[in-house]
Amino acid sequence: MDPLIFLQAGVATGTVLLFAALGEVFAERSGVLNLGVEGMMLLGAMSAFSVAVSTNNPWLGVIVAMLASGLISQIHAFIVITLQADQVVSGLALTFLGTGISLVFGEGLSKAGAVALLPKFSVPLLTQIPVLGPIFFTNHSVLVYVGYILTPLAWYYINRTRPGMHLRAVGEYPAAADTLGISVYRLRYFYVFVGGLLAGLAGATISLAVSPGWFSELTTAGMGWIAVGLVIFAQWDPFRAAFGAYAFGALRRLILDIQGPLTLFGLRNPFYYNPYWGFFLQMLPYAFTIIVLVIGSREALRKRLGAPAALGQPYIRGERGL
Amino acid sequence: MSEIASESSPKKRRLGFKIQLEPRLSEPPRWYPFVISLGAIIIALIIGGIILAAVGGDPFRTYAHIGRAAFGSAGVFSDTIVKATPLILVSLAASVAFRMGLWNIGAEGQFFLGAFGASAVVLTPLLPVDTPRWIFIPVMMLAGILAGALWGFIPGLLKARYNVNEIITTLMMNYIAVSWNNFFIFAVWSERGFQMSPVFPKNAWLPRLTDYAASIPLFRGLTTHFGLILALGAAVVVWFVTYRSRWGYEIRLIGDNPRAAKYAGLNIKRNIILVMMFSGALAGLAGMSEITGVVHRLQGAISPGYGFTGIIIAWLAKLNPFAIVLVSVLFGALILAGREIQPSGIPKMIQGIILVSLIASDFLLRYRVRLVRTAEEA
Amino acid sequence: MTQTEHHPEAKDHEIVVEMRGIVKRFPGVVANDHVDFNLRRGEIHALLGENGAGKSTLMNVLAGLYQQEAGTIRVNSRLVEFSSPKDAIDAGIGMVHQHFMLVPSQTVTENILLGLDKPRFRLLLNQYDKVIAELGERFGLQIDPRAKVWQLSVGEQQRVEIIKMLYRGAQVLIMDEPTAVLAPQEIEGLFNTLRSMTAEGKSIIFISHKLQEVMEISDRVTVLRKGKVTAAGLLTKEITRQELAHQMVGREVIFHLDKQDKQPGEVVLAVENLHAENDKGLPALRGVSLNVRAGEIVGLAGVAGNGQRELAQVLTGLRDCTQGKVLLKGESINNRPARLGIRMGLAHIPEDRTHVGSAPNLSVTDNVIMKKYRKPPIARGWMLDIPAATQFAEELKQAYDIIVPSVETPVRLLSGGNLQRVILAREISSEPVVMIAMQPTRGLDVGAIEGVHRLLLAQRQADSAILLVSEELEELLSLSDRIYVIYEGRIMGEVKVTSEKSEDKIIEMLGLMMTGTPLEQIDGAANHV
Repeated sequence: MDPLIFLQAGVATGTVLLFAALGEVFAERSGVLNLGVEGMMLLGAMSAFSVAVSTNNPWLGVIVAMLASGLISQIHAFIVITLQADQVVSGLALTFLGTGISLVFGEGLSKAGAVALLPKFSVPLLTQIPVLGPIFFTNHSVLVYVGYILTPLAWYYINRTRPGMHLRAVGEYPAAADTLGISVYRLRYFYVFVGGLLAGLAGATISLAVSPGWFSELTTAGMGWIAVGLVIFAQWDPFRAAFGAYAFGALRRLILDIQGPLTLFGLRNPFYYNPYWGFFLQMLPYAFTIIVLVIGSREALRKRLGAPAALGQPYIRGERGL
Repeated sequence: MSEIASESSPKKRRLGFKIQLEPRLSEPPRWYPFVISLGAIIIALIIGGIILAAVGGDPFRTYAHIGRAAFGSAGVFSDTIVKATPLILVSLAASVAFRMGLWNIGAEGQFFLGAFGASAVVLTPLLPVDTPRWIFIPVMMLAGILAGALWGFIPGLLKARYNVNEIITTLMMNYIAVSWNNFFIFAVWSERGFQMSPVFPKNAWLPRLTDYAASIPLFRGLTTHFGLILALGAAVVVWFVTYRSRWGYEIRLIGDNPRAAKYAGLNIKRNIILVMMFSGALAGLAGMSEITGVVHRLQGAISPGYGFTGIIIAWLAKLNPFAIVLVSVLFGALILAGREIQPSGIPKMIQGIILVSLIASDFLLRYRVRLVRTAEEA
Repeated sequence: MTQTEHHPEAKDHEIVVEMRGIVKRFPGVVANDHVDFNLRRGEIHALLGENGAGKSTLMNVLAGLYQQEAGTIRVNSRLVEFSSPKDAIDAGIGMVHQHFMLVPSQTVTENILLGLDKPRFRLLLNQYDKVIAELGERFGLQIDPRAKVWQLSVGEQQRVEIIKMLYRGAQVLIMDEPTAVLAPQEIEGLFNTLRSMTAEGKSIIFISHKLQEVMEISDRVTVLRKGKVTAAGLLTKEITRQELAHQMVGREVIFHLDKQDKQPGEVVLAVENLHAENDKGLPALRGVSLNVRAGEIVGLAGVAGNGQRELAQVLTGLRDCTQGKVLLKGESINNRPARLGIRMGLAHIPEDRTHVGSAPNLSVTDNVIMKKYRKPPIARGWMLDIPAATQFAEELKQAYDIIVPSVETPVRLLSGGNLQRVILAREISSEPVVMIAMQPTRGLDVGAIEGVHRLLLAQRQADSAILLVSEELEELLSLSDRIYVIYEGRIMGEVKVTSEKSEDKIIEMLGLMMTGTPLEQIDGAANHV
């Protein structure tokens, strides 16, 4: 079992988590919690695959996926921002909705057969860097490279630009932003939309790049939830999110690959000879998410850091009776 | 000085009236929430129907089908009750946690663990095969409750000590629970290589109405089982605990205002753990009930997402235990009928639409929408 | 007590802001009832009134946060309509709120630049840092542009708010209760800043409920009471304090209730050398020692933010101390659960009655049994005796005059005064040995304040030991037997309140202590302690 292989595959899987997590970072930074990521991702995966199958154009599939998820995210945005309903319940409802719609419209897709996928390639010079080359720059879907670019862009946008400053203000202290003429509502709608776009992109990455095909609910297998957990671990920072996402992707691949070979480090591979132990392996990503959350929460407690201060609370202008 | 503002600022077109949102100052009349909820459900069904039509189905036939498939005859109604039974328990579980402001999305996993616990009693075997029923059942109940409580304890502890978000932890525990059960189903207790355990001895089955068909012919074929009694009993217990016990008062106080609760000297951390355990126990009991009342063996597919549906039901019923029973029956009907409907994602989608509508409609309970004439005074 | 003399003919200057017939309603109340108000260039115009009179609302309308139901606003004779704060700022009107609108995690410069078009896209803040520092200097406002707001003191944060408005070219500045969070020297600094602004032709609206300040700083005064104007644009130098008070309240303000002489008993609550940190990990209490005896009211004076909140939290078991002891009837209760203090007879009227003192969606009954539900008659084993609880609530409703449709009404629907009555009813009915009252009359109308004072005095008669923490010196003077002063986490001194002392002298001593002068250093203190 060659570590480079599963790490390389891990980067691809991690890209899915990365997109979803980045999207949620934007939404949560603006103060809106969107737990509908799983549903939006599934919708994205279904739409991308479905469109790619019918039009034989994977790029169109990606675009439609992003738009579909972006659209459905606006339902959540409306309920939560304008109607000021509870963000957790609405997010869960969105997951239901997204999942349900995906299942309904995705009926029969699993029998679709082969479909045109997005191009895969290796980056010429970079692929030859020892260790890093084969892992990050060799034979990856184009979306993986998009992920490499998106992460620093997201960081720069949030921390070093004026609109990013407004984003942060809206999530930390919306009243301040409001009194200075920034439209809190409009920005929140926008960033929830961005979250939806990226969740859709994440879904498309699954069905058109990483694990091509449509497998109903198994397509996302809880990755949307892991992404939400990752955002907390990442302390709402794009780079940390990337780190977490890739680490997780590697873990998932490791679990798959570790059951294959006859020997592991020269010893009898217990997972090969006791295939049912694989179930315990399957628990690992989820257990790890919990551990990661504990670490993230403890750190937040320690450093008195934390979520954007206004996260999860609807903004009502001019609250009386302070 | 009798100019009207709109004359000198023509760029603003006044309609003469505007929509005004006022927070409600007093409680709306008691029937109001019901009417609003009903309206939301109807609208949701309409939207669902539209989507159904878009995919090529016939909404009227589908809904009629659902109606008949769930309530059409005694036998079918009995099946609806069977589907509703675990829902009641799981919804109670969600409601108990909600009451204190905790989101137990892990009812699904606690359900599985409860099933595991009950099965372990039979399959380990903890009790010999010929143990009388009146010992078997309570022991299995206890095992299911304990296993579920354990599964709720872990996220509860993490939340209490490290303030880890319980939504994600309970969710993750769901997936872990499935894998855990799968291990036992596939490897340890597998029946001749099939993906299920051997059938339980008859003494380990919950009594069903149909068992008494010999004396009461009416009951023939009715699979409603003792789990219903357990579920109804649990509803009564939850009601009592919430509204009539000291602990229930503490839970309500913490849920409404944790700061006030601290100020009153309550130990919030301990209560978080206890409530999560209570919640898990109820969900575990649901798992036990399903295993011993319906399937009579441990297998993988024992829950069509009961845990998540339970959350909707709890929210819909505004955490009232008796409303939960009613709504659970409704959703039981949906699940039962949904198995026969193509495409199979429809019930889930309808659930999602209903929930979205209800959340949106909740807004009307908190705000009054009025059309206000704006009179310009100089 | 100097008047602002640099614009002796202020009343001849042009009118920069004119509000006419402003009506603003909220559910259940008319906050502004056909209010007229005007502001002249270069003047400081005070808007005076009690809590809830409508001053902030009126100015929120002017600042664009609210839209009025009726009435017009003219700026520089042009009719305007503000649909958002931005419109108001564009028209040159800026407001410095009572609760600052600053993003704590961002720097001063970032906060000042928020919402503006420049910088275009990339944040290159260095040049802006310089500009902002200079702007501050011009008006006597020192700040470090690179500091993060959460690191600044309250006074410094206020300066940021002012610069924020100046940076946007505000010509009219609305200050909402600016001195509420400042110590006396900072107040003088603020007044100097205001004067330098008017010297440059800016106009200032100064909202306050403090008569002395209004007399000191303003050129003209407008008084609001219950949403209506009772005195419009009077020249400050032509009116007396008593007349203003009368306009504010509408009746003779009773400054003193009957306080009977009482011999205090034993020490019930003793605080010894208490050290504690605040939420940010900085020292909040640095060796506080005080005591309260049975049958006396001990006041704690001090500007908000000098450790009062942390002290109350340590006393009630909601915060651990790092050093020192709190003894209740001789037993140490610090760093132990809040339950212990409650069990031993410690009652607490919290500062924040909605967010700490009550559970808003629970009924009145549920709220009043908060301290009693563990014992009979309300408790019956592990159950609650609901009829007993309801009866108890009914009794309290009668005794404390709580106006509510039924005891099952959720308390969020109660007015501030009624809610405070509920809380007092709950705490007093537990027959406390010690009562810690934090700002018990904040935000209440005069009638409710009187009611609270009566209850506190009655408890004193009943031999309770009461620690009264308040920002209102008048209140402390009229109720307390002794007054401690806390400043930056230390006790500056203690003053006995007896009829032989001159009130003015006591206030002077308290004022000095509240701004950092320990008692020993005050001249003539020895004669008055």
